[in-house]
Amino acid sequence: MKNRLSPVREIDAKAPTCRFWLRFAASRLLRVVLVLTLVSILAFALVSMAPLDPVDAYLGPNIFHISPEQRDLVVARWGLDQPPLMRYVTWVGHVFTGDLGVSPIFNQPVATVIATRFSASLALMTIAWTASGALGFCLGLVAGTWRRSWAAKIIRVYAYMLAAAPTFWIAIILLIVFGVVLGWTPICCAAPIGLTPDQISLGQRLSHIILPATALTFLGIAQITLYTCQETAEFMNSDVAIFARAQGASRWDILRRHAIRHAALPAITVQFAGIGELFGGSILAETVFTYPGLGQAAVAAGIRGDEPLLLGITLFSAAIVSIGNSIADALYHVIDPRITLAS
Amino acid sequence: MTFSLANAGRRETLPGGIDLRGVRARTLALGLVSLGVICAIALGAAMTGDDGLGTHLLAKKLPPSWDFPFGTDPLGRDMAIRTLKGLALSLRVGVIASFASSLIALVLALAAATLGSTVDHMVGVLVDTFFAVPHLVLLILVSFALGGGTSGVIVAVAVSHWPRITRVLRAEILQVLSSDYVRVAHGFGRSPFKIAVEHLVPHLIPQVLVGFLLLFPHAILHEAGLTFLGFGIEPNRPAVGILLAESMRYLTAGYWWLAVFPGLSLLLMVLAFDGLAAGAKALVSPREAQD
Repeated sequence: MKNRLSPVREIDAKAPTCRFWLRFAASRLLRVVLVLTLVSILAFALVSMAPLDPVDAYLGPNIFHISPEQRDLVVARWGLDQPPLMRYVTWVGHVFTGDLGVSPIFNQPVATVIATRFSASLALMTIAWTASGALGFCLGLVAGTWRRSWAAKIIRVYAYMLAAAPTFWIAIILLIVFGVVLGWTPICCAAPIGLTPDQISLGQRLSHIILPATALTFLGIAQITLYTCQETAEFMNSDVAIFARAQGASRWDILRRHAIRHAALPAITVQFAGIGELFGGSILAETVFTYPGLGQAAVAAGIRGDEPLLLGITLFSAAIVSIGNSIADALYHVIDPRITLAS
Repeated sequence: MTFSLANAGRRETLPGGIDLRGVRARTLALGLVSLGVICAIALGAAMTGDDGLGTHLLAKKLPPSWDFPFGTDPLGRDMAIRTLKGLALSLRVGVIASFASSLIALVLALAAATLGSTVDHMVGVLVDTFFAVPHLVLLILVSFALGGGTSGVIVAVAVSHWPRITRVLRAEILQVLSSDYVRVAHGFGRSPFKIAVEHLVPHLIPQVLVGFLLLFPHAILHEAGLTFLGFGIEPNRPAVGILLAESMRYLTAGYWWLAVFPGLSLLLMVLAFDGLAAGAKALVSPREAQD
């Protein structure tokens, strides 16, 4: 930040070099691989622990049409007679070739289910992520700059309330108000029922996504608002801001010239680190609006005992969250070179 | 800070010499009120007994009134009593979860900070692993592993909330260990165990207490989310999540009170715990509470 007013830094901080970034990327990659390995072990152990018998869950009522010999055949074919360690090794081997198994409840390869479901969730999460980031950032700036004002108080109370409210409850309230009472939006699904994908217009898609996306936006807003507010308030008490005030700059001037830049990157970092939270929120929002995304598939897998799908979704979501966290970590180094210097 | 003019001349102090008009005192008062709300919920649920949960087919689908402040559901059950029972269950899950997670966090943080860099790295990777899985997915996994049911929900919430406090406590311990008085104690030949008991633990207890209270809202919201998704359903034991999941079936019929009041009560309870945590913080670390 080229800031003529800023006091002289005690440490002569240089921007991270190319070599640093290579080493950083390598170490993060190693860490991500290690974490994903541990996640896979943890998830596999948990799924193996489950009292539910996968063959029974798969057969359902058909269990009565099947002889014990035929059942044993299924068990042998699925490798369920092997010890857990062997099954884990086989599973990981398959995962490396891109084969996550077949989901019994969707009757499709797990990779296909995740791909189709995630494309629906991605639209939802992208809208919510961007909107909550932009809105939360603006609200936080206002609340932090004019700390004593009524607007700031209202924004802070609002953010605290949102942070304390259950996501799915907000979603239900939105559904009652806009879906049922006002009738502005459809109350379920990602498209009108009974149409093939090529018959659905963009407008229809948008009208179905707007309510779930709003609910998810509300979830993300609270944290970013409170964080930006604190960051900005601290900045407004810093020597830079006080000196600028003494020179006759208004709060708005300081906000426009300094505070935005000061708060922007930390806010983006917080947004990247919050992807896990967003993912959890999308599970709840998708359930409320019966939106056919990845979160809904995760719930179905958990309740109906679809082990391959549950494992696949766990690994996939862990990979996404890890990437988000790595980006957040990298951004820390961009924002403040002193962190690089210290480590 | 806005001082009210009417009180500007008088000095009002609590017996402990705490200025009533200060931020800290106000936070403390907020904490006390919150504690009152939480105790009222627990006592209320304990005193109402189970007969309020029965069905009354003559009092079906009633909107909120003086007799039924939260209305009744399509089976004629009093929503106020069901909500109260649900909140009490949340409270219990919260207590168990906060206790278990604080304990796990304390043990792991102590191990990480004192048993050398290998253990430190292992704990760090473990924390990272739990952070990498979205919390709700982890909860679904654990409750699936335990075969669902209320106990599955309780255990899932209990064993998944430690990573964040572990990080905070580890940093705290490292800070204490590098302080002068610990170095002096070490120099005088105090054993690591004595140093831990005499210097570390007294310093950590307030931190653990605040961490314990801050955990509550998370645990409660996760319990509600998990029961809402359909994990751990036991129809005769109302949980807030189950009440809200049931309300979804009657949304288009216009029974808005089924969804509004249980959720609002949960929100209130979470806010009460936030207030309690803020009050505890004001007692434990007065300087921070003045912000």
